[in-house]
Amino acid sequence: MEKELNNQQNSLTENETKNHHQTYDSPFSRRIKKSTRVKESIIKYFFALNGTAALIFIILIFIFLFKEGFKAVEHIGLVDFIYHSRLLDDGTFIRVFEWYPTSEDARYSLVPLILGTLLTSIPATIISTFFGVGAGIYLSEIANPKAKEILKPIIELFAGIPTVVLGIYLSEIANPKAKEILKPVIELFAGIPTVVLGFIMLVVGASFFNDLFNPTNRLNAFIAAIGLSFVVIPVIASLTEDALHSIPNDLRMASYGMGATKWQTISRVILPAAFSGVSASILLGFGRAVGETMIVLMAAGNAANISTNIFQSVRTMTATIAAEMGEVSQGSDHYYSLFFIGIVLFSITFLLNLIAEIIINKMRKKNTF
Amino acid sequence: MSELQLKKKDITGFIFINLTRLLFLFLLAVLALVLAKIIIEGIGIISPEFIFSSPKNNMTEGGIFPAIFGTVAVTFIMILLSLPLGVSSAIYLNEYARDTFFTRIIRTAVNNLAGVPSIVFGLFGLGFFILFLGRKMDEVLQTGLLFGQPAIIWASATLAVLVLPIIIVSTLEALNSVPKSHRDASYGLGATKWQTIKNVVLPQARPGILTGTILAISRGAGETAPVLFLGAAFFLPNLPVVDLCIGNYCIPMINPGEQFMYLAYHIFILATQSSNPTKTLPIQYGSTLVLITLTFLLNITAIIFRYRFRKILGRL
Repeated sequence: MEKELNNQQNSLTENETKNHHQTYDSPFSRRIKKSTRVKESIIKYFFALNGTAALIFIILIFIFLFKEGFKAVEHIGLVDFIYHSRLLDDGTFIRVFEWYPTSEDARYSLVPLILGTLLTSIPATIISTFFGVGAGIYLSEIANPKAKEILKPIIELFAGIPTVVLGIYLSEIANPKAKEILKPVIELFAGIPTVVLGFIMLVVGASFFNDLFNPTNRLNAFIAAIGLSFVVIPVIASLTEDALHSIPNDLRMASYGMGATKWQTISRVILPAAFSGVSASILLGFGRAVGETMIVLMAAGNAANISTNIFQSVRTMTATIAAEMGEVSQGSDHYYSLFFIGIVLFSITFLLNLIAEIIINKMRKKNTF
Repeated sequence: MSELQLKKKDITGFIFINLTRLLFLFLLAVLALVLAKIIIEGIGIISPEFIFSSPKNNMTEGGIFPAIFGTVAVTFIMILLSLPLGVSSAIYLNEYARDTFFTRIIRTAVNNLAGVPSIVFGLFGLGFFILFLGRKMDEVLQTGLLFGQPAIIWASATLAVLVLPIIIVSTLEALNSVPKSHRDASYGLGATKWQTIKNVVLPQARPGILTGTILAISRGAGETAPVLFLGAAFFLPNLPVVDLCIGNYCIPMINPGEQFMYLAYHIFILATQSSNPTKTLPIQYGSTLVLITLTFLLNITAIIFRYRFRKILGRL
C-alpha cells in the first residue's frame, strides 16, 4: 500500500491534477500537454475496466447459473430436490430419494448425487491429507536443500496449476530467495490433465484394485477417490509447505534451544503454529475434489445409488451434469435441474474458497510482525 | 531428562521423520509408475501417420490429427482472448489501483474464479455465451442460427475465462517483482505513468507474463469438462478450416463457427463411449501420451522461464 501511494506521488500526472502546480511551478508539470493528460486518464480507465474482469465474470457466472437454475425451483420445487413423495396403493405417501429425471414419473432428488460426491471427495481428501501434509512437512522441515531443489519442482510438475493460481497467496507471504529457486517442480504434477487420470483409473486402476479388494462394482467410489487424490495431493502438499514455511524461524530456534529434537519441534511447535494454514489447504483440496469432473465421470461408475458403501458405483453432481447435459432438451425441467446442480456445486466451492481465504489472510496477519 | 528418555524420543522422531520421507518417495514412485505405464503402452503407436492422419474405420484405426488441430485452434483463440484481458487486469491491480475495499474484492474474485469447478464453466459457457450472447447476436444480425450454437469461438471464450486467474496471478507476480527504483527513474526522466508501464515495467515483466501464458495454454489444452457441451465433437470428417480469400489469394484460416475435435475429449470419448473401447486401447494410450507430452513440455518450458526470470531479477 505504501508502495502504491509513493508511486502515485511520484507520478507527474498525479501531481498535475490538483492545486499542486498552482502553488509552485514544477518545471515538469507545465510541459505535459493537455492531450497527454487526457490520453493518460483514458488509459487508466481502460485498465480499470479490464481490472474488474474477474469480478464481472464471477457475477456473470452467478447470474446465469441462477437465471436457468431458478426455473428448476419454480417448475419442480425445492422439496422435490430432496425427496419425491410417492403415493402407494394403500393411500399412504413414502419419500423416495432417487435421481431419475428422464422417467415418466420424474424424480429429482439430489441426495444420491450429493452422497456420491461426498463418498468420492471425502476419502480423496483423507488420503491426500495423509500424503499431502506428510510431503509438505518433508519438503519444509526435513529434506536437505539439495533434495528439496530437485523434489519440489517434481511435485510442482503435478501440482502446477494450484500453486500458480494460489501463487497470489504465496507471493504475498513473502519468502526468501531460496524458495524462488525451489518453486519450479511441484507444478508439473498438477499439469497432468484430469482426463488422463480418469483414463488411467479406468483402464489400469480399476483392474488393479479389483484384484486387491474384490469390490461390489468394478468401477466404484474408491477407485474415483484414488484418482482424485492425484489432483488433491499437490494442492495440499504445496499449500502445507507454504504454511509451514511462513512460520518464523525464531520458533524453530527457540525449540531447538530448549533441547527439542527435530520431530518434537515439528509436531509440537511448527504444526500447531501452522494449524490454520494447513486446515485451509485441506479445505481447498476438498473443494478441488468436489468440483472435479472427468475422473469421477470415468471411474466412479455413474450409478446414482443411495449407499455409503465405498466399493459401490456412485454418481457425483459434476458427473451428472457432464453426462446428461449433452442429451437433454433445452428448456425442459431436466435441463433446468442440471443448472440447479451447478448452483449447488458453485455455492459449495465458493464457500470453501472464501473460508480458506479468510483463514489464510488471518494467518498472514498473525505471522507478519 | 534421563539418557533413556532422550533415546526413546529420538526413536519416535526417527520413525516419523522417515515415515514422511517414505510417504514422499511412495508418492513419487506411484507417479513415475503411472507415467511409465502411459509411455510404455503409448510409444508403440506413435508414428508420423498417427500424428498427421485422420481417424479411420469408425475411429478404430488411423491417427489423431483433427483432435490435435482442434486443440491448437481452440487454445490459440483462447489465449488471444484471455491474454490482453488478464494482463491489463493485472496492470490495473498492480500499477493503478490502491489498496481499497473494492480492489480487495477483485483479488478475492480472482481467487474464487480459480476455484470454480470446470464443469460449472461449461454450464456458464452454455448459458451465457451460446444461449444468451449467441442467440442475441442471431436476433440482432438476422443470421438465423449461426452464433447460437456450440462452436470453437464459444469454447475458446469459456476456456479464456477459466484460465484468466492463471494469467492475472502470474502477471501480478511479474509486475510486483519489477523494482520500484526503476519506476522512479522513469518518472524522474519525465515519463508519464503509461510511458513508464509501457517502456520500463512491461518489458521487464515479459518473461513472467510469458510463463503465465504457457501455463494457461497447458491448462486449457488439458481441460475436458468445459468443452463437453460447447462444441467438442466425436468425429468430424473435415478440419474446421475456412479459406479466407482476397482476390486470388486464399489463406486457410481456423473457422471459429464450426465444431471441433479435442484431444482430451477424444481420450474420454474413446475410453467410455466408443463402440469398441478395447480395440481402440492403443489409440487411447497414444492420444494420452501425446496430450501428456504436450502439457509436460509446456509446463517445463514455463518452469524454466520462471527460473531464469527469477535468477535475472535476483541479480538486480
